[in-house]
Amino acid sequence: MKIQSQIAMVFHLDKCIGCHTCTVACKNIWTDRKGAEYMYWNNVETKPGTGYPTRWEDQDKYRGGWVLDKKTKKLRLRLQGKWGTLGNIFYNPYLPTLDDYFEPWTYDYQNLFDAPEGDDQPTARAVSMVTGKYMDTIEAGPNWDDDLSGSQVYANNDPNLDNASEEERRQMQEIDRVVFFYLPRICNHCLNPGCVAACPAGAIYKRGEDGIVLVNQDKCRAWRMCISGCPYKKTYFNWSTGKAEKCILCYPRLESGQPPACFHSCVGRIRYIGLLLCDADRIEQAAKAPDDALVQAQRDVIADPFDPKVIAAAKANGIPDQKIDAAQKSPVYKFVKQWKLALPLHPEFRTLPMLFYVPPMGPVLAKMDKGMYNMVDAGGEGLAPMLSALEKSRIPLRYMASLFSAGNEEIIREVYRKLVAVRIHMRAKRVKDVPAAEVERALAQAHTDAREVEAIFRLTSLPTYEERFVVPAMERETAVDSLFPALDPVSRNYPTRKGAVGFGYREEPHRGL
Amino acid sequence: MAEVVLFVAFPYLALALAVFGGIYRYRHSRFTYSSLSSQLLENRRLFWGSVPWHYGIVIVLLAHLVAFLVPGVWARVIADPTALYTFEVIGFALALAALTGLCVLIWRRLTQPRIAAVSTVMDWALLLVLLVQVVLGFWVSLVYRWGADWYLHTAVPWLLSLVVLDPQTQYVSSLPWVVKLHMLNGFLVIALFPFSRLAHLVAFPFWYLWRPYQVVIRNRGN
Repeated sequence: MKIQSQIAMVFHLDKCIGCHTCTVACKNIWTDRKGAEYMYWNNVETKPGTGYPTRWEDQDKYRGGWVLDKKTKKLRLRLQGKWGTLGNIFYNPYLPTLDDYFEPWTYDYQNLFDAPEGDDQPTARAVSMVTGKYMDTIEAGPNWDDDLSGSQVYANNDPNLDNASEEERRQMQEIDRVVFFYLPRICNHCLNPGCVAACPAGAIYKRGEDGIVLVNQDKCRAWRMCISGCPYKKTYFNWSTGKAEKCILCYPRLESGQPPACFHSCVGRIRYIGLLLCDADRIEQAAKAPDDALVQAQRDVIADPFDPKVIAAAKANGIPDQKIDAAQKSPVYKFVKQWKLALPLHPEFRTLPMLFYVPPMGPVLAKMDKGMYNMVDAGGEGLAPMLSALEKSRIPLRYMASLFSAGNEEIIREVYRKLVAVRIHMRAKRVKDVPAAEVERALAQAHTDAREVEAIFRLTSLPTYEERFVVPAMERETAVDSLFPALDPVSRNYPTRKGAVGFGYREEPHRGL
Repeated sequence: MAEVVLFVAFPYLALALAVFGGIYRYRHSRFTYSSLSSQLLENRRLFWGSVPWHYGIVIVLLAHLVAFLVPGVWARVIADPTALYTFEVIGFALALAALTGLCVLIWRRLTQPRIAAVSTVMDWALLLVLLVQVVLGFWVSLVYRWGADWYLHTAVPWLLSLVVLDPQTQYVSSLPWVVKLHMLNGFLVIALFPFSRLAHLVAFPFWYLWRPYQVVIRNRGN
């Protein structure tokens, strides 16, 4: 057992209102720069929909992530082997281009003031932020299909619907059944990252202390394989500096005890951050699990932070007590491992993403029937009084399974049964209009009890800032320590070094040459 | 006098610039060591430019280098007329590929507004110098046949004399001016190395082949 600490996240999709506040916070802090205008380290997608960059989930096109080689039983990058990387280094055949994202633009606002007097209102034409030239038509944007689920043009092109039956497709487009939810996405800071593996320069790395994946800008040589290697398309290429860039999980904020900006600004409070203790010895095995066992394999990588054996192993591996404490308080551990409610996005990419999603409940369908407002498909096979049968959910289970469990519908069903049990139980407690037998049935179906259900309710609906964001101490003292040699009382090599300049200097000041 | 300046002083100057300039840039401005790919902005023409250019020029350059490093072996290989003939044909084809690729790259940079947005004066200077170099090399291979052979008795001894710090210009003094220009322009390319995107040449990541896939870095090694 080799225990590593890994910072991990949960997004509770039931609470996401699609307001893009997270995106704006991130954009303003990190990517409002030349060459980065088109980048959205955080973006919010409408599902079903094509996403950003367009159809990023289609790995036949983009070749991201890992595949399990059937013959050798080894993992290999879907992109290419190591020799293939060197052979394709002059031209990466699978690189998305700017048009797969969108060409960033602004508007010629000055014209509104400077236009000569005329019969027509002056307009502010779109100006490309790459070329500086006018753009006659804007053909795409970072959230171009926002709220357009049900549309033949966008939602129909969602790669997750490739396996949907005609009936399911038709259902999702019926005007009174059209349904969608939001999928906020940032870098998953994976345990088995494809971008790190694909980088021939070795510029991308995982921080050992917390597992944040970063790009060393001084080592990046613009071989641009990371962009293809990441199946989530969350590594970007700065076309101006010629360097790869990606979400840094606001590590400067984390190091001062604050959650990342997208977490902090989230209006729906859907985001949770916390530490997980992972067993590094199990990572490879988990990444090689068969498709339908991937979710469980990933749960198995996460170790129980209360288990004395795990704590001992963690200490042996140099993990400080504050981090073990943080792992015990981690809301992510609860959602992912204890309650098994949060699932990884597209586990079949086999990168072991460390961002987990609680799937959203589909809205129920109701009809006016003889003056009565009745739930469709409720009661009987459904759960009275306000939930319809899972199988008749307006978002097909198969669709959710394609997103969150590599096609394993049973896992999705388990999650929903538990989410339903939370609602039934809490409704019985607060509104008191659910028969006790019905509550019992819901709890039994979900293999849960009143105590767990209430804990889930508490962390879902009423969590405090400190419960949502358990940011571990980032061992800044070790970063300082590592600058100095081990103290030796004989040679008296006591540190006398102090910083001599502030920010913005790349070299230390010298006296003379 | 001109001969000494051109075939002794200039090569030494170019090499010194490349080595010390390269080291200085690596130490003080490592961020700028990049291939400055523009594939994100334009994809299709880059394929028809970058692939023939790189494969053509890399193999031709390697042939120059091998003949310079192991002239004895090279001489034995091309002693067989069939081998010599094959080498000349392959070299010619590769040079043609490189020239075509370079022309596509220049055309792309001229006509694509997105690429123009990331083009610098140095990019253009470099493209011009490289174009001159490839055209001259092409001309030499076309007009003065069997370069694979006479290169061994002219440029190689001259280059070796430069390496051992005993410059002998008589090996190259009587060569045609096209060949001389090719040599001088070659050193100009070397001189430009630390001042342009050519710096990406030394960054070619061979060690990726030996590296484990995952990279983890800690403040304290353990």
